[in-house]
Amino acid sequence: MRRVIGILLANPLSLLGVVLVALVVLGAVFADFLAPFPEHRGAVVDFLNFNRPPEWPYIFGTDLVGRDLFSRILYAYRISLMLGVVVLAIAVPIGVTIGLLAGYLGGVWEYLLMRLTDVFLSIPPLVLAMSIMGLLEPTLINGMLAVTAMWWPWYTRLVYTITRGEKEEGYVLAAEVIGASRSHVMFREILPNCVPAVITKMTLDLGFVILIASSLSFLGLGVQPPTPDLGSMVAEGADYLPDSWWLTVFPGLAILVAVFGFNLVGDALRDILGAER
Amino acid sequence: MTAPLLALQNLSKTFRSHGHAVHAVQDVSIDVAAGECLAIVGESGSGKSTLANMVLGILAPSAGEIRYDGQALPARRTLAHRRALQLVQQNPLSALNPKRSIGASLRLAFDVHRIGDRAGRTARVGALLEDVGLPADFAQRPPAALSGGQRQRVAIARALACDSRLLVLDEPTSALDVLVQSRILRLLADLRAEHGLTYLFISHDLAVVRNIADRVAVFEKGRMVELAPTDRLFTAPEHPYTRRLISAVPVITEDEITMRDQLAHGAA
Repeated sequence: MRRVIGILLANPLSLLGVVLVALVVLGAVFADFLAPFPEHRGAVVDFLNFNRPPEWPYIFGTDLVGRDLFSRILYAYRISLMLGVVVLAIAVPIGVTIGLLAGYLGGVWEYLLMRLTDVFLSIPPLVLAMSIMGLLEPTLINGMLAVTAMWWPWYTRLVYTITRGEKEEGYVLAAEVIGASRSHVMFREILPNCVPAVITKMTLDLGFVILIASSLSFLGLGVQPPTPDLGSMVAEGADYLPDSWWLTVFPGLAILVAVFGFNLVGDALRDILGAER
Repeated sequence: MTAPLLALQNLSKTFRSHGHAVHAVQDVSIDVAAGECLAIVGESGSGKSTLANMVLGILAPSAGEIRYDGQALPARRTLAHRRALQLVQQNPLSALNPKRSIGASLRLAFDVHRIGDRAGRTARVGALLEDVGLPADFAQRPPAALSGGQRQRVAIARALACDSRLLVLDEPTSALDVLVQSRILRLLADLRAEHGLTYLFISHDLAVVRNIADRVAVFEKGRMVELAPTDRLFTAPEHPYTRRLISAVPVITEDEITMRDQLAHGAA
């Protein structure tokens, strides 16, 4: 673990990734202290200062009702990260377990579980999320539900492929000959060998979940106002381009920074953990 | 002769692939006495690994019966059966889980078969490692920190962990270099004498077999073509296939043997 962190910090690209991720995470966690106007995350109206270009104390400018964009971006990060963590916390265990079952048990299980996975994979993710959101109320909880429903199959595919390979390894045979239970072989023998790939994918996916969540709220299907969200901030500002450019550029950059940061770290992790095998 | 520990009776295994029937093992009957080392030799594809897998309960026989200690072994093995028959594999690199410590791999047998209490198991792991000539503190190490020969010793320790009486040794030395090979063979011979083990030694290496086996069964295309005591098999092979196998072994001349002895003495 210490070695992995060492390599991450040694490479300039992955170091940039670590810095970006750290900025996003710290900004989200300490938003209450860092935001110059913490109350602006809610329904606040300040018509004296509406639609201001970047100038002190509004370093990213203000929106159409006079709220500080920088403060709102920090709180939007908090929501996005929470969404990402919750989505992955639900999708990863489900996806991993199904992948292990399908890969290790084989036979009918493999057929049923992998065809189910294929069905979910064949639907374009945004369409699936939009239809779920359309059927249900467009709330934050339903947003998480929708994104989770389209996320687990990727982990199933990943773990299934690894499990198929690991199943042929001698240590699996040895455990079976000793008489270990199937759950022991799956979760104690094979799963540890899937962990590096899963962690790498989770890092990459944190960025993508943020992107998808932003896309959903850009379309008006995600987080609802007055809760700050990067996607809906871009959507609101898009009508006022190019004059009020700060309304879209800063939330857009914020999305870019988060997605780019997580991708850099994920890519580096893939190289480091992949080389260990 | 007393009742055999392991009796294979008219054992057959047929695989079906694309409508063709492949007879991997055909009508094989062998009695293995307790304490014996029976070698099974043959080229790859001769069915020796299929036979081993049937003995271990990994594959179900298509026909015939496997009797252990007088009882027919069911297709689904009970824990007691699993405990009695263990395996040492060919490739020590893949036989140990890279993500688990040596100790964790060895403990598995104790946990599955509920041998000893929780605290006692750690001590048993150490004792097992010492049994195969490794220091007890290897338990904390990952397999990657061990050499091929050391890993094979761990694999042997694992097979011994649940006090098995019969070990299936599936080419246990063929992935090792020559010096390590001879040390592992000596260890196997010592353990057999010490614990009264019975070996089913699968190999394609006749030189190794000659060293360790009491009897040799020669397999060709799924059939057992000859079964004879080791001495007789090497001095008076009966089946033409056996003769071809033996004549294909590279031999060392008298001169070379003398030189080898001198080298060995010089080294000692």
